[in-house]
Amino acid sequence: MLTVKNLKVNYGQIEAIKEVSFEVPEGKIVTLIGANGAGKTTTLRAISGLEKASGGTITFKGKDITNQEAHQLVPLGISHVPEGRKIFPTLTVYENLEIAGWTIKDKKIVKQRMEEVFTAFPRIRERISQLGGTLSGGEQQMLAVGRAMVTGGEILLLDEPSMGLAPVLVDEIFERIVALNKMGRTILLVEQNAAEALEIADFAYVLEVGYTKYSGPAKVMKADPRVREAYLGV
Amino acid sequence: MNFPKFLVASVAFYAIVQVLSMLGIFNGYMMIIINKSLIYVILAVSLNLINGITGQFSLGHMGFAAVGAYVSGTITTLFFKLRAPREFSLDALPAELVFFCAIVVGGLVAAFIGVLIGFPSLRLKGDYLAIVTLGFGEIIKSVINGIDYVGGPRGLLGIAPFSNFTVIFIFAFLTIVIIRNVIESSHGRAMLAIRENELAADLAGVDSTRYKVTGFAMGAFFAGIAGGLLAHLIQMAHPTQYGFLASAMVLILVYAGGMGSLTGSIIAAFLLTFLTEALRLGVDWVHEITKLPIGTEWTMVIYALLLILIMLFKPDGLMGMREAKILQLGRKHA
Repeated sequence: MLTVKNLKVNYGQIEAIKEVSFEVPEGKIVTLIGANGAGKTTTLRAISGLEKASGGTITFKGKDITNQEAHQLVPLGISHVPEGRKIFPTLTVYENLEIAGWTIKDKKIVKQRMEEVFTAFPRIRERISQLGGTLSGGEQQMLAVGRAMVTGGEILLLDEPSMGLAPVLVDEIFERIVALNKMGRTILLVEQNAAEALEIADFAYVLEVGYTKYSGPAKVMKADPRVREAYLGV
Repeated sequence: MNFPKFLVASVAFYAIVQVLSMLGIFNGYMMIIINKSLIYVILAVSLNLINGITGQFSLGHMGFAAVGAYVSGTITTLFFKLRAPREFSLDALPAELVFFCAIVVGGLVAAFIGVLIGFPSLRLKGDYLAIVTLGFGEIIKSVINGIDYVGGPRGLLGIAPFSNFTVIFIFAFLTIVIIRNVIESSHGRAMLAIRENELAADLAGVDSTRYKVTGFAMGAFFAGIAGGLLAHLIQMAHPTQYGFLASAMVLILVYAGGMGSLTGSIIAAFLLTFLTEALRLGVDWVHEITKLPIGTEWTMVIYALLLILIMLFKPDGLMGMREAKILQLGRKHA
């Protein structure tokens, strides 16, 4: 569904991503793991058009989408949940979700997808008239994922959904991610919490300083001594 | 917004002022303050669209007002050589019509320049717009200074007093209604999303550059209108009226009233315009009575002190982000 080939991204003189290649098959959960500065977030930003690639290609559903503007990619079906949630703090939860459906002309679809969000995250329904900024960290993360659901991506790019959350909430968020995947969404997950990510993913790619280092089915990667030592701390 | 109620309130305001003016309770001086307040309402509400709603930062709002003032003044005074509005009659209509068109053309030219400087600077994120608009405000002043046709540093004099209370009131009313409705529309939602978080707005599919430029040009349009009205009220346009300090004054109105609150901008425009006058009178009065050596230069000291007090006790401005009931957004689940 999504193919990234020899991706290169520069920040000025610095090569943040030197050569990253991976593939996300439809209906699967694929995770990118790696240490700080490995280029995970930059890879996601390049896919969703927030960062310009200086080399390589990104193909989505057979179409070359390299270096398109972010707002043009949204209607194609790419939903990016950025790192650090980035909710709209002084708008209500309802308005947050409403704006997420901004590109959708048929408002019935927006309503329907909001219902899906409420089913997946009942907590969000309870908070519907609260301002986004008054939600707890976990609720904000749920709202951020909920927004991406309304935007309606066929593929969800999740950047560190567990960041800054209490362990109980981390488990809850990961459960929801699996549930979303079962509902038919393809998921590309970037995580520092490699253990949890490998637990739910089908395939995993390990990034190291701008390169794809290892790759394979998540189960295999989890057993791989090199990965275990470097990222699972075992 | 609750349009019928807002219309009733506005008409009531208009009628009361008109009656008091006809009865002679409001003298000419009072009417000038009210007219100026209304012009400041237009300036503050339109700047609020840029700074408060779209979350950008413009420091050159009066630059656009200068464009409107000089364009409309040139049309009415230099092209058509209109000297004075006649009493209302059918054959007086063309002069009024020329004036009206001139004001709108002034606004359109200001909006066009807004697009010209907004497009390159708004594509960048961050504070570039503030720097560019600050520069623009000064450049427009220098340009006007250099054009002898419009009077250069002498200013454009002899502009006929077409702006009366009725005209200014109608433009202020329309400004509020139009900007309120823009905010309420889905385009307004896009602008709010950009203010809240530009990255998240992009990821929701909002073309943030386009909406930032739209909001900016719209704000510039109404600033141009306000400039045109001002020139035809005080019967002149002068480059020094439109410098950075004047833009900062409008910025103060927006912040004192509350970023993102049109109600706040309207209240602040009236309050601070009246306050300036009241302070002048008050200082004179204190001087008369106590014979202390204080003159009008003290008005700005007290003015600044009051602003500090507002910011101290109401850091989000008088209204914060709230709106009066009749101007409220139809916020579902809010």
